[in-house]
Amino acid sequence: MAKHHVSTTVNHEPVEFLCETQHTLLDVLRDELDLTGSKEGCGTGDCGACSVLLDGRLVCACLVLGVEAQGHAITTIEGVAKGGELHPIQQQFLDDAALQCGICTPGFIVAAKALLDQNPDPTETEVRFWLAGNLCRCTGYDKIIRAVMNAAAKMREEA
Amino acid sequence: MEAIEYTRPSTIDDAVRSLTAAGARVLAGGTDLLVQLRGGYTRPALIVDIKGIAELCRVEQTARGFRVGAAVAGAELGAHQSFAQRWPGVVEAFQLIGSTQIQGRASLGGNLCNASPAADSVPALIAAGAHCTIAGPGGQREAAVEDICTAPGKTTLAVGEFIVDFLFPTPPAHTGDAYLRFIPRSEMDIAVVGASVCLTLDSAGVCTAARVCLGAVAPRALLVPAAGAALVGTRVDDAALAQLAAAASAACSPIDDKRGTIEYRTKVAGVLARRAAVAALARARGN
Repeated sequence: MAKHHVSTTVNHEPVEFLCETQHTLLDVLRDELDLTGSKEGCGTGDCGACSVLLDGRLVCACLVLGVEAQGHAITTIEGVAKGGELHPIQQQFLDDAALQCGICTPGFIVAAKALLDQNPDPTETEVRFWLAGNLCRCTGYDKIIRAVMNAAAKMREEA
Repeated sequence: MEAIEYTRPSTIDDAVRSLTAAGARVLAGGTDLLVQLRGGYTRPALIVDIKGIAELCRVEQTARGFRVGAAVAGAELGAHQSFAQRWPGVVEAFQLIGSTQIQGRASLGGNLCNASPAADSVPALIAAGAHCTIAGPGGQREAAVEDICTAPGKTTLAVGEFIVDFLFPTPPAHTGDAYLRFIPRSEMDIAVVGASVCLTLDSAGVCTAARVCLGAVAPRALLVPAAGAALVGTRVDDAALAQLAAAASAACSPIDDKRGTIEYRTKVAGVLARRAAVAALARARGN
């Protein structure tokens, strides 16, 4: 069978690619579109390292087929910074040293941004439950949660 | 290796035609199918993505009650305020499935048809008395949710059949539902036991109807009529709740595994059913 020709939007830019049915959106982002910020941790939807937004909703790119992106809008970690300026959540992860090896970081930032976009003042419990699908094997959770809470506070001040 | 074909029909009839082909599989949220594909557990000839069909992707209020499309994601149903208000037990069960990311994709139709005995949404659907509309080569038919799963991974759906939507018949006044799951941690786990209760009170506070359904204690979600009957005609007092718990435990035939022994699951089923009944009671009084 011929490959599927898919037209979609990635980080507000129209994008076209070819893929086979079994290729996931994560395969396409990394191998076809050179957007390697989304990581493959588990490939089975358990770790959240490939978190992206699909029409504004948080999903694992490894659990979406590339062909399913047809006609939809995708936001990846590469779309979070504005030009050369880091998003406040990204800056706070640096300021609070909320990363060690960094593999989980893009997924955490995409997921945290999805939370703060809809709930600018979450409780710590809400942050922990929202991020329960993002795994950090360096076990830096406390610093990550603190960075998200601090970023939320700064974003509220600036709003 | 043969290529996997993909189609995204926009009508129910086209989907039925595609699904009658040998080796066709339904794709809704993909949170089970893509894991099976990656692991090599399934190699369909054709993937039929049913999310292009309007009826499968909408939530609507009809004269008979809410209709929820089989492919509607957990995050979407949870955000539907009037549904969440009417069926909080269904929403809390559905939203226990996986992480925020999984909630962005996972569907009620998929959770049911994956036919895991531990599926969280299924006991809540059954307790709520939900029916599903099934499309297939012979047209459409309606079935009670408890008549779909038969054993782990097995359903009564015939070749070419798939679930279009779930109908939640509008309940009488003073009806409440609740779902509770026991897991040994606070999030991200598979039910050791699940329990859902939906009950109705009359204006004097006497229970007139109750449905109790257990998950993960039998090869499929288990409707326990004797547990519901223990509440009917009572004010859901301690004696009635004790009878409900005993009936729930008596109905269990669980597996023995690392997550729970037979004895443990049987005991916990009674405890959880009782707690779910108390939660449903509080909601029924508030409705």
